[in-house]
Amino acid sequence: MAKTKRTKNGTVEKKLIGLADMVIASAQRGKDPTMEIPLRALSNVTFNPRKGLLEMGSKKQARSFFNVGMAKKFMQTILVADALSELQRAELTTSLREIYYRTKHTIQDSHENTFDTQDESDPIIEDLEVSLVALREELHVRAENGGSVVGPLVLGDDGDRVDCAKLGKGGYSVPSIVEPEYVEIRRCTADFVLLVEKGTQWNRLSEDKFWRRYNCVLLTGNGQPPRGVRRLARRLHEEYKLPVYVLVDNDPWGYYIYSVIKQGSINLAFESERMAIPKAKFIGLSSADPERYELPRNVGIKLNEKDIARAKELLNYQWFQKPAWQAEIKRMLASGLKYELDALANKDFQYLTKKYLPRKLKEKDWLD
Amino acid sequence: MGARQREISVSEFFTKNRHLLGFDNPRKALLTCVKEAVDNALDACEEAGILPEVTVQLEAVAVGAAAVPAASQATRFRITVTDNGPGIVRQQIPRVFAKLLYGSKFHRLRMSRGQQGIGISAAGMYGQLTTGKPVKIISRTGSRAAAQYFAVQIDTKKNEPLVLENKTVEWDRPQGTQVAIEVEGRYQKGRASVDEYLEQTSIANPHVRLIYRTPEGETKDYPRAYHELPPSPKEIKPHPYGIEFGMFLKMLQESKSQTVSSLLSSDFCRVPPALADEMCKAAKVSPRAKPRDIRGAVAETLYQTIQATKIMAPPTNCLSPIGEKAILSGLYKQIKGEFYTAVSRPPSVYRGNPFIIEAGLAFGKAPDSVAKPEKQSMPLAEGEHEEGDSELARVIRYANRVPLLYQQSSCATFKAVLATTWRNYGITQSRGALPAGPMVIFVHIASVWVPFTSESKEAIAEYDEIHKEITLALRECGRRLGLFLRRRERAASEFRRRNIFELYIEEVVAACNSLKGGKLPTEKLKAQLQKIASSRTGGIKTDETLGKTGAGPEGLPHSIIVTAEGIEGEAPAIAVPAVAEVSEKQPPAKQNRKPAAKAKPAKKKSSKSATVSIARKAHPARKKK
Repeated sequence: MAKTKRTKNGTVEKKLIGLADMVIASAQRGKDPTMEIPLRALSNVTFNPRKGLLEMGSKKQARSFFNVGMAKKFMQTILVADALSELQRAELTTSLREIYYRTKHTIQDSHENTFDTQDESDPIIEDLEVSLVALREELHVRAENGGSVVGPLVLGDDGDRVDCAKLGKGGYSVPSIVEPEYVEIRRCTADFVLLVEKGTQWNRLSEDKFWRRYNCVLLTGNGQPPRGVRRLARRLHEEYKLPVYVLVDNDPWGYYIYSVIKQGSINLAFESERMAIPKAKFIGLSSADPERYELPRNVGIKLNEKDIARAKELLNYQWFQKPAWQAEIKRMLASGLKYELDALANKDFQYLTKKYLPRKLKEKDWLD
Repeated sequence: MGARQREISVSEFFTKNRHLLGFDNPRKALLTCVKEAVDNALDACEEAGILPEVTVQLEAVAVGAAAVPAASQATRFRITVTDNGPGIVRQQIPRVFAKLLYGSKFHRLRMSRGQQGIGISAAGMYGQLTTGKPVKIISRTGSRAAAQYFAVQIDTKKNEPLVLENKTVEWDRPQGTQVAIEVEGRYQKGRASVDEYLEQTSIANPHVRLIYRTPEGETKDYPRAYHELPPSPKEIKPHPYGIEFGMFLKMLQESKSQTVSSLLSSDFCRVPPALADEMCKAAKVSPRAKPRDIRGAVAETLYQTIQATKIMAPPTNCLSPIGEKAILSGLYKQIKGEFYTAVSRPPSVYRGNPFIIEAGLAFGKAPDSVAKPEKQSMPLAEGEHEEGDSELARVIRYANRVPLLYQQSSCATFKAVLATTWRNYGITQSRGALPAGPMVIFVHIASVWVPFTSESKEAIAEYDEIHKEITLALRECGRRLGLFLRRRERAASEFRRRNIFELYIEEVVAACNSLKGGKLPTEKLKAQLQKIASSRTGGIKTDETLGKTGAGPEGLPHSIIVTAEGIEGEAPAIAVPAVAEVSEKQPPAKQNRKPAAKAKPAKKKSSKSATVSIARKAHPARKKK
């Protein structure tokens, strides 16, 4: 665990202690201790077309102690709050999993564990983020370093100068917390940011030094990009006015990854304001590409039931209502096939670097 | 061709078709021999009104000059079955043991284990066939008579006994019979083994004390758990519904009665003279007519009329059901569980043969075997779960108290178990499968004539009446089990509800204290929260309900409930013999007649009220689970 540099732990810690105060106050008055947690679900998320963002509504969920269904969650929430406040006092950052282990123990005189799996503790941390209006990094919780970056970009991290143009083909591993207090962007001379879904294709581009030729920052999040990657892209977009292009597989999950980068996710709608890049563009793989780039049908994969169901869900999302997007998704459904980025290797190992992306950029062939 | 046709003796027929009698393979043959000898011994004791005490001994025997092999490798065994019965008179011994179809049981309508009189002599014949050794018998009819030793073989052509040796011997028992047969066989434990057979016998016959010396040299003692002999079944006359037309004609021809009316009332059961006259009139036959004169169409009309007349069901004192109490004792004694119940159906009739169905059920695992202290204290790691049970129920089947071990799936009892919707009683059951769970299902049919599907007496034929009775009995067991499970579940969930808060309060208080920097008056906060908790869960009222819904046996007739705290219901007293190894020199018959019923082990109380209060008091201890 690394020591954090600057902490404004005063306020966060006060908020956490506030939970204990609530319990004590309710107990004194003989009332059921109850906390209110904003609902994190599609029903409490609205799309703000003007800002191009997903915003969290005002629906709240009460979590009270003396309710058989909620008692355990309530107890878990207090335990997690305690662990988080310990982090604040010790000025340490930690991972979700460590929080899970820290708070796990057997309840006295019973077989029962406070937590059985990490799946129980993770949502509680998110609950606390939303209800205390504290960012995850303010809670000193980091995710795993989930992404990589290369390109003409110089960062300052813990006082070290990191030149992302001189890190070979492996690049810099993006930490989960990239707020200015933790990572500063010292210099950036790129023309745009290319965010790639898959690590494999990012490797291809990095190995081929695509970023040098087209003067861009190459980012990947290895699947659904973690907060650090999204936040870094957003900072580059905001602070250096760089356009962001998103390169994903041609399947419903790829579309959704793009939409998360662009508008924010349903689960973390409260962070859209800080993370989303409403002007991000979808550069590929589009359902129109197989025809345009003459990909043979046999490198496609048949859509399975889950894919089809997910695609139909996307069709109904408010933020996919633009005619171009409706056409894009419907075209995929009509073809019955999905394509991976890797399928481009069918034509040539360097097809992505040498043909596909250059033509896309030249033709400005992207979706908004 | 005609010259070569000749009579076949029964013995010859069975020599060639020994599979019909259950001697298909060495393993099964060994079981069949034990079974026949034990059945005979029990029948003999019960008929004489003696509480049976039977010793079964299996020994591996060397073939030729070789050394005696290990039990699992041996191919030859000596079976010795000793009982404390009345003994057999000298003249009868050879025929009882070495003549097929000779017996006291075939010609009467009375419930007994054996029916045809094939069993023990067939076992002897099988021994003779496979090892060439004679059957050796010692029998003594009383302390004043001398013990007789016989070595007999069967003349398979004539179906007549050959006496090889007969002498008077010294025997340490005052009375009883000992049979020793040497047979080819295989000893293997597990399903359908001698061990299983004897265990199941002891379940259905808790009035029997059974001592089993295994070929491995172990001695298993199945103690007596029920100290009354089953009521002796009476012999009955045939019931009019159970007679076929051909048989009826034969009776008309051979009857000693002077008139039809008296024939009907004296040769059948449940036909009073008035009803006989009435039936004759209805069939337009003179009640005074001579039975021999009734034939052809007239006889047929009379037969039809009889069948159409409402006649009282046959008397059922010819049956001797095990009884709910005894079934409970048997199950409780041999099977470790939490819940036991037993149902005896009222007698019913198929084809004029009265029968009684009894069912029993043992469910769960004994609390002491579940709650292992070391396991309890070990918290579960991620991905670990409390072990679920996926085992299927075991069905144990009996006909006239004899366990049936083969052909389970073609047996009426098994089919009825499958056809019962156990899900209604809170037990999982896959389609077309046995119910799942730690459960033993006991089904017994008692009848003067059990309808087996074959001569080897392995499965019960599926008569509608029988199927219906079995189903009804099983449903009743199921209902009681369901009630027990629901009650237990309700108590547990009520308990959990309360527990949740009590458990979590500790956690919440500790976390709050730590949040507040350890400066919190924790006891005060705890007390405040506990007050809210108890007001929200009904407080003392819940405590009371918890005590009451603690799955007591109230409303559950003929059931035993075993909890970690004690036993509720009709738990039997098991007479544990002082010494496991019972010396053969003691006169067992005398020992038997001691009123052993009073010998209750201290820890198991059968008094109902006492145990209920124990269970209630001990309830709070359960929280610790």
